[in-house]
Amino acid sequence: MTKKPDYILFDRDTTSIVFGYQQNAIQRMLDFDYACRREKPSVACIVNPTREGYHKCFWGTKEILLPMYRTLKEAVENHPDADVMVNFASFRSAYPTTKEALETDTIRTVAIIAEGVPERRTRELIKIAREKKKWIIGPATVGGIAAGAFKIGNTAGTLDNIITSRLHRPGSVAYVSKSGGLSNELNNIIARNTDGVYEGIAIGGDRYPGSTFIDHIMRYEKNPEIKMIVMLGEVGGTDEYAVVDALKNGEIKKPLVAWCIGTCSKVFPAEVQFGHAGARAGAEKETADAKNKALREAGAIVPDSFEDFDKKIKETYEKLVKEGKLIPKPDVEPPKIPIDYKIALKEGIIRKPTEFISTISDDRGEELRYCGVPISKIFEEKYGLGGVIGLLWFKKKLPKWATDFLEMIILVTADHGPAVSGAHNAIVAARAGKDLVSSLASGLLTIGPRFGGAVQGAADHFTTYLYAGKTPEFMVKDMKSKNVNIQGIGHRVKSVTNPDVRVEIIKNYVKKHFPVTETLDYALEVEKLTTAKRNNLILNVDGCIGVSICDMLRSIGYSREEVREFIDLGILNAFFVLGRSIGLIGHIIDQKRLKTRLYRHPWDDILYMMPDKPEEVR
Amino acid sequence: MAQRGIREYDAKRMLAKYWLDYIDRGYKYHGKVVLVGSDTDIDALPEKYEWLKKEKLVAKPDQLFGKRGKHGLIKLDATFDEIKKWLKEMMNKEVTVGKVTDKLTHFLIEPFTPHKEEFYVAIKSNREGDTIYFSNHGGVDIESVWDTVAEIQVDIDQDIEDVDITGKLPKDTPEDKKEVITDFIKGLFKFYLDLHYAYLEINPFTIVDKEIIPLDLVARLDDTAAFECASKWGDLEFPPPFGRKLSKEEAYIKELDEKTGASLKLTVLNPKGRVWTMVAGGGASVIYADTIVDLGFRDELANYGEYSGNPSTDETYEYAKTILDLMTREKDPKGRSKILIIGGGIANFTDVAKTFTGIIKALREYKDKLKKVNAKIYVRRGGPNYQEGLKKMRELGEELGVPIEVYGPETHMTRIVSMALKEES
Repeated sequence: MTKKPDYILFDRDTTSIVFGYQQNAIQRMLDFDYACRREKPSVACIVNPTREGYHKCFWGTKEILLPMYRTLKEAVENHPDADVMVNFASFRSAYPTTKEALETDTIRTVAIIAEGVPERRTRELIKIAREKKKWIIGPATVGGIAAGAFKIGNTAGTLDNIITSRLHRPGSVAYVSKSGGLSNELNNIIARNTDGVYEGIAIGGDRYPGSTFIDHIMRYEKNPEIKMIVMLGEVGGTDEYAVVDALKNGEIKKPLVAWCIGTCSKVFPAEVQFGHAGARAGAEKETADAKNKALREAGAIVPDSFEDFDKKIKETYEKLVKEGKLIPKPDVEPPKIPIDYKIALKEGIIRKPTEFISTISDDRGEELRYCGVPISKIFEEKYGLGGVIGLLWFKKKLPKWATDFLEMIILVTADHGPAVSGAHNAIVAARAGKDLVSSLASGLLTIGPRFGGAVQGAADHFTTYLYAGKTPEFMVKDMKSKNVNIQGIGHRVKSVTNPDVRVEIIKNYVKKHFPVTETLDYALEVEKLTTAKRNNLILNVDGCIGVSICDMLRSIGYSREEVREFIDLGILNAFFVLGRSIGLIGHIIDQKRLKTRLYRHPWDDILYMMPDKPEEVR
Repeated sequence: MAQRGIREYDAKRMLAKYWLDYIDRGYKYHGKVVLVGSDTDIDALPEKYEWLKKEKLVAKPDQLFGKRGKHGLIKLDATFDEIKKWLKEMMNKEVTVGKVTDKLTHFLIEPFTPHKEEFYVAIKSNREGDTIYFSNHGGVDIESVWDTVAEIQVDIDQDIEDVDITGKLPKDTPEDKKEVITDFIKGLFKFYLDLHYAYLEINPFTIVDKEIIPLDLVARLDDTAAFECASKWGDLEFPPPFGRKLSKEEAYIKELDEKTGASLKLTVLNPKGRVWTMVAGGGASVIYADTIVDLGFRDELANYGEYSGNPSTDETYEYAKTILDLMTREKDPKGRSKILIIGGGIANFTDVAKTFTGIIKALREYKDKLKKVNAKIYVRRGGPNYQEGLKKMRELGEELGVPIEVYGPETHMTRIVSMALKEES
């Protein structure tokens, strides 16, 4: 690469290190690059003290990865060509990070965006920069832009504006402004009245900007591509007088159109602090009026008010063109820039089919909603656990008898002691040192056709025959002939004479409250037949729950077909899983609290029957 | 923010607190200072500050303005009872200092020090470093004896210990005082640096026996350094400048401003003024006010107003309402229309349509009042979604029957000012 002249800080090859993970600003820089048809992105890498890796962003319509480092040191080592640092560090860390950047061999220009850097710290940085012949832009600035070449962070606003102000290609006018906010207005004024901006820098609103008007104006003076200069100064400080002196000494030969804002300060009764930290007229010399007068007398083109600023710029430009000193730079068609999806969507010019649908809850907006009910209302109206299940599983606001029933099911299935296989597995996993979630999963994965699955099975068996219009007698006979046990029938110890109290509670509740009890009635008819054969072939708790849930579903308005659909998608298991999770978690916590050790099954409880040798397959 | 003035009391309090760390060298500062506010129980003070009853005292207002002696606002060589009586007379009294009038609310009391010599010392920051000013002729307007002042520039990265202060003192410095003055200047300079002062002037200080006593002091701190040394500053308040008595509306906007991350500013210049401004952006708002003044309408300019930093719809609504309320209170005595400038530059990222929402709501609410004062509204703005924002404003004009002229970036930012004002004159 050929060495660029000293007066050029940014060109089409300039690359930068962005300090701070400012995703929007980075994307805006890259979009600008793309609009300028730069070959390479202007951001070489990102420094993010909290994360390393890569950042994904758009380069036109494609996506690219930008490396991200935790330290500036790594960034500089890996990207020695990057000679600009765009520093988004906060006012607290702007000083140490800028200092570090200035002390590197490769970074030549640092733009400090933060507002509120202590003045003493900025002055220390200025000293270092001066000794090392480096540049600071800011603090308290949006940065600056070299049209068609390089843009600091968020300068010049949206891409729309960049194209409207023709900043994607260079013009012949360079400006320097104190205010960052007004720099965009300057882009607009210059674009409308001349062949456009060549470069514009906002030096920032602090009392001690890292580089001042004169620093940039002298750069512009040396750059043959720049034909005229625009300056927007401000009340407060005396930096504008360096420009006055340079005009007087003949160091500035190019036409300079200048204006200092804040001429209204004279009508204010007492000292008013304007938006900028440096904007405070301490002495007569620091007033905008005095500065405008001095600039005018030194030979700058100064309007009588901002109102004529555009006219003066236009006149000056047209004079240069007329005299043949300025050949207007051509306009360039920018490439088509893809619109951001979000913006396009907002403007209603695109649509796309969604990949996911959700019909039960919505976390967007002010408040979380379950099936349209805001979470606050869930509490106000005491939906309870059953009510929430109603909303999220059935999308219905259930009556109290139904929500109470659901809670009853949860309570009754919550636990069945440590010996059942699910709890046992959970305990073994917990004792193996597995975490709560893994141990719970171990227990839950045991639920199936033999353990806990009877609820699901019973619902399946009884509804199959009931809905097909078969009699209980037919069902018992048919199952017998197929040699299948009816799920939900039979108990190890309980019997007709020694009924299960849980079954009694549920049965009575259903009978009392449910409008439809067809499945329970059917199951009880079947029970009569089976208990006639053997005393303990009673409708057990799993069976009772299974058929009751079917009746509940019918009672809240579902058809038989819909109930079958629920059974097929496993809703009965869902109740058991939900309820039993409570107990499994209890067992796991219990084991952890007791600090029980790894379980190893004793040899004497295993019958070892290994053959002497394997069967040989030939 | 920026450099901000602090009370003489606070600067002396800090000086006393850090005297041993920075200055000392055998010379003491008594550090006896008391701040009296309008709600201070003066009778209870001697209990905590026993010296008040034992020594002769000085009292003076402590509200960021100088030349107090010249305005007869110092009570010298008085007993506690005399001071008390004087304070009762002066407290909450309106006084005019220079061009500004305000209420006296804070006073400093310290021991009265009979003295002969009066020295001047000041430290002022500049881009390259800090300049120390010293003269043996303090106690007067220093400008009048400027040729007796020695200026010593210390570069930003220079150690004060490496600077030959003694050799640079003015020739008329008493030989026996050179050492103590050198030590004091060095110590004061380090204090100034470490506590992020931006300006410190002691005019005068005196040296009596083994004591250095700052008699009159003015100071500014760089408040952005709060994160580095707020704990060193101690309990510190930045008082508003003297003469900035806020009206009810200004106080309300200030309160809003302090509560949000956005910026909302309002200064009422002339409540009877005809031209009101409500401008987005710190720089743009100044330019609009400038242009009104520059075009010769300074007497018509009613306010300076600025909103920026992405205020919420509620905030812009409250802000607009406050201005509309002020603007529509009375008709122009000559029957001319009242003008509202809703201006702004080209926003970088602020959604223009969104920020207009709050303003539009307020305009709707004030429809009848706006008509009554024959209001004319001029809008100019650019930036994201500006077309939508401007369209809404145009439609609002028709809806309300209030003339609203609307322009975008194609029109020079302040052109609406000349349009509005030239039409009338």
